[in-house]
Amino acid sequence: MSVRVGKAAEAPTFAQAARGMLGNAQLRHNVRHATDVIRARRAHAVGETADWQQLRDSARAIKDHVLRHLDTYLEQFETACKAAGGKVHWARDADEANTAIVDIIRSHGGTEVIKVKTMTSDETGLNPALEAAGITPIETDLADLIIQLGADKPSHIVVPALHRNKAEIRRLFMEKMQLPELGERAEDLAGAARRYLRERFLRVPVGLSGANFAIAESGSLCVVESEGNGRMCLSLPKVLVSLVGIEKIIPTFGDLEVFLQLLGRSATGERMNPYNSIWSGVTAGDGPQEFHVVLLDNGRTGVLTEPETRPTLACIRCGACLNICPVYRQTGGHAYGSIYAGPIGAILTPQLQSMKHSQSLPFASTLCGACYEVCPVKIDIPEILLHLRNKVVKSGGAPLAERLAMRFAARAFKNGGRLESAQKLVRIAQKPYVHSGSIERLPGMLANWTQFRDLAAVPAESFRQWWAARQNKEKK
Amino acid sequence: MSAAPLDSKQEILERIRKAVDSVGNRAAEYAAIPREYRREGAMAAEAKMELFAARLYDYGTSVYRCTTAQIADAVAQALSARRRTGIVVAHGVPASWLPENFEFVEDDGLSYTALDASNGVLTGCELAVAFTGTIILRHGPGQPRRAVTLVPDYHLCVVRAQQVAETLPEAIRRVEEFRSTPLTTISGPSATSDIEMTRVKGVHGPRTLDVVLVS
Ligand code: SF4
Repeated sequence: MSVRVGKAAEAPTFAQAARGMLGNAQLRHNVRHATDVIRARRAHAVGETADWQQLRDSARAIKDHVLRHLDTYLEQFETACKAAGGKVHWARDADEANTAIVDIIRSHGGTEVIKVKTMTSDETGLNPALEAAGITPIETDLADLIIQLGADKPSHIVVPALHRNKAEIRRLFMEKMQLPELGERAEDLAGAARRYLRERFLRVPVGLSGANFAIAESGSLCVVESEGNGRMCLSLPKVLVSLVGIEKIIPTFGDLEVFLQLLGRSATGERMNPYNSIWSGVTAGDGPQEFHVVLLDNGRTGVLTEPETRPTLACIRCGACLNICPVYRQTGGHAYGSIYAGPIGAILTPQLQSMKHSQSLPFASTLCGACYEVCPVKIDIPEILLHLRNKVVKSGGAPLAERLAMRFAARAFKNGGRLESAQKLVRIAQKPYVHSGSIERLPGMLANWTQFRDLAAVPAESFRQWWAARQNKEKK
Repeated sequence: MSAAPLDSKQEILERIRKAVDSVGNRAAEYAAIPREYRREGAMAAEAKMELFAARLYDYGTSVYRCTTAQIADAVAQALSARRRTGIVVAHGVPASWLPENFEFVEDDGLSYTALDASNGVLTGCELAVAFTGTIILRHGPGQPRRAVTLVPDYHLCVVRAQQVAETLPEAIRRVEEFRSTPLTTISGPSATSDIEMTRVKGVHGPRTLDVVLVS
């Protein structure tokens, strides 16, 4: 059994990686511009939803409930999916999942597979496994196509090519699609992708997807998307394989009424994303006539073990916590060394690897609490970060001063009961090692970030107030 | 005697059982989940139709409002505005919706290539959601195939007043009985936000979506 999260185990520490990113002005500009746009749109879409907080409460309650009864719901899902004509495979780790998928494709003599964005397949390293087996994966999500053509790495969980601007994408398309001419508008680039992929959609007989939700009672999957590449991969091929993390379960079809209201607004700031596909098994005369689901553990059951960290598995991968995070906005996604970037990546990546790798990630945060405020399933990321820091420190992964600081924080945490806000806690935690003047120099300091120093970056005033003031100053 | 090694399924389930304390009445717990969000709409019929139309406009969709007797005329108007002389007709579309002097091709299992070469598709729908400007298609016997509503570059959809729910929860409850057949929700034409986070219309799905809204 070996858990793999992309290449996270080989990645440099966050601080090392972040240093490189901070030197890249173009990248920082691209990330900031894109996250500014999406944040404004999200704020608008959330603002017009009067019952937003109630939706968040329900979403979280549903997820908590599922996680407590995950065994039962998974078996229910399997039974219903089989009854609808689907086949269900269980994979303990990345290699088991990849092997199952390769075997299915091989049994059909397939040499190509069309893929709709699935981060879980990035997690298991499926593409290299397919290639090693002589199967060509064709990424069809526009951003994934940009990444694939550019031999690049994803930097955001919803918009993986967010670090690339229009001009860069245009140059890439012209070169890789061999287009002597291509317009400069975003529409022209989208049109180029349409032409490039259309023939493949109509021809390739095997499709591969992930899922946003797996519905226990009906054995259905739901895929949320915008471009229609998802619908293409899900409904045109003869054979469909879906790789699904075991935490994607929701109990009933009716629960979609909560999650579908939250996801689009949080992810792209739309009232509803253009397309959702929901299906169960196979349907005579419509869509793939052979359907497989691979249910993946790959470290998830380990995350389940501790009640403190369990909410990590409630994540619906909307990306809102990345867009709001002052650290992510400075460093971009690549610094996290994992396909899961930003605040959620900082808690998920090390946990999936049983805290054996990526130990610097829980420190890649200022604990300002903004991620918790925007999270549609109310994951208290700062609290989980502190818990994980504590574990790293306890296991001897951090220097003495930090160890003391963490212990101090832990005690305060215990005695103080559940603290109202992470900021309060952080102000306590940082006391033993506030570096003089460090706060005025945060962006500069980030450049010199040593692995475990970032706790000091939280001022006595709210970090967000300080940050807002600083941003305003910068703009002037 | 040593126990046989667990297979993957057993081992995963075992790990879950060890990790969580799943005692307690699951059904009762589920029923007790708080649902304080809006589950019923409160709008009058006409206001709801206007909201739906406004949301569609926001997505760049043209909306033709008409009465039941005028559906064929509205279809003709939409096709002419898009310079279409003919279109594929999906399962479930009544003959009364089809105007004269246009060429309609029944979908009797057209190949993907034929759909790709077509001028678009005319369908009905199962339901719609005013608040989000969403159309819900149901597939399966007697309903449009998924490919038919996807491969053509133009989708003209007829939505009747009684199919429009105000909120998503109301719509989900109404389609619940079809939860085991494929469903597609459509909110505006195909789009992407992948290039600098700006919504760009028209990637792989139909680049143009028009709606005939019948009251
Ligand atoms: S942790 Fe919350 S905000 Fe972040 S991606 Fe997951 S659901 Fe979205």
